[in-house]
Amino acid sequence: MKKEFGYIREIFTGSYRLLQGMYITFLNMIRPKVTQQYPENRGKKIYPERFRGLLTMPHNEQNQHKCTACGICMINCPNGTINVISKTVETVTNTTTPEGEIKSVTKSKKALDKYMYDLGSCIFCALCTSSCPQDAIEWTNAFEHSVFTRDKLFKQLNREGSELITKNKE
Amino acid sequence: MQIDKILRIYLGDTWALITEFVLIGVALLAVYATLALILIYAERKICGFFQCRLGPNRVGKWGILQSVADMVKILLKELIHINRADHFLFRLASFVIIAASICTFAALPFADGAHVIDFNIGIFYLMAVSSLGVVGILMAGWSSNSKYTMIGAMRSGAQLISYEISAGLSLLVIVILSGTMQISEIVAQQSEMWFIFKGHIPACLAFLTYLIAGHAETNRGPFDLPEAESELTAGYHTEYSGIRFGFFYLAEYLNMFIIAGIASTMFLGGWMPLHIPGWDLFNNTMDYIPSVVWFFGKTFFCIFLALWVRWSFPRLRIDQLLNLEWKILMPICLINLILMTLVVVL
Repeated sequence: MKKEFGYIREIFTGSYRLLQGMYITFLNMIRPKVTQQYPENRGKKIYPERFRGLLTMPHNEQNQHKCTACGICMINCPNGTINVISKTVETVTNTTTPEGEIKSVTKSKKALDKYMYDLGSCIFCALCTSSCPQDAIEWTNAFEHSVFTRDKLFKQLNREGSELITKNKE
Repeated sequence: MQIDKILRIYLGDTWALITEFVLIGVALLAVYATLALILIYAERKICGFFQCRLGPNRVGKWGILQSVADMVKILLKELIHINRADHFLFRLASFVIIAASICTFAALPFADGAHVIDFNIGIFYLMAVSSLGVVGILMAGWSSNSKYTMIGAMRSGAQLISYEISAGLSLLVIVILSGTMQISEIVAQQSEMWFIFKGHIPACLAFLTYLIAGHAETNRGPFDLPEAESELTAGYHTEYSGIRFGFFYLAEYLNMFIIAGIASTMFLGGWMPLHIPGWDLFNNTMDYIPSVVWFFGKTFFCIFLALWVRWSFPRLRIDQLLNLEWKILMPICLINLILMTLVVVL
């Protein structure tokens, strides 16, 4: 008797489950469609903030960036996409000693020469941006990267003649 | 009819009749082909919507001309010669399938008066002719000289023959309720109220079982294991190409339409507008909507149900499929038949 009852109950529970499934698919049908009509929506589509398109180094109006050439991004990069080439900048500052003499002190400091980025081997893992202590590099939404030669994918992120941002000493 | 009178003036009675036959045949074929195109487009579009896609949208506005382009493509394709196949049966199979499909299609009442043949055994005829398609399927599977088609055809044969029983029993419920097998009479009886409302619970159950069984008969949706792509490439029509494959394709879509059309005729009143007894004003306004619109509206509603089911459920295994028919659907249909008899007698 129990078996027969189970058989009948199974029919009802089964139909209920099937209706549940149909409800879900119906919701799916009336949901907004996810298809992007790419060439038509060019420039109209707003991409999410965290979409990783291209690695960039923002510069301010005085052509200054935040990169101190520490090289952490280069170390963290899993496949050698980033190459930070640094240079030593010698600054001569005149300081007055307590005796009243003027003394020139030469300070050598590491600075960024070239920040080389190979887009062709980048896997967009964002380890560089998350490890950067200065937030000097960031991702933008530009994603149309196709070019005709491989050379064009080697990019220099810092601009010509740019230098480290000078902090206001207060 | 005007055409009839004009023809009878210029031709003799016999020739007028023959011309009319030809005209109606051509009209039916034209409707058949156009409906296939519309159905293919609707299927692709709705299937896209169910998967959160847009569906075809490049050829014409909203992709309306997509299926026309596909038709032109399939007409231009090569008919591949299959080595060591039974060529006579191989060629015959596609015609058998499409002939069975057209014969059933022709007997549907499309609108008030637009009904080609009105037998006193209309439903019997529909059932008989629509199940002829299985002969074509078995022929196609057997003659192609391929394992895939053979297994596909065997599965399809088992499936069609089993589900034919449930479909027949569900239709019998309505035959008991209406007391006639003549389709025009059945539609006329639904002028007060559609059978699905008139027949209480048994009619609703019969509608559901008919939809399930009919769905299985069209080899679609969760019951498409005769052409399960993952294991059988395309089932019984694997070896077909060009327009011969097109025939199978056409027949499959039109069978879907036919099943939906029969369901709407038997349960949802066919071309009969929605009438509620007592609401005279409502009934009169409903009468202003042309009967063709009613028929096609209901049919497309049933087709939408079929597509909905198709994109909701996973494909059944062959043993599950036969279990569903013989252990669940058929007992329900038989009990339903008794219930309906009780409803009619009491």
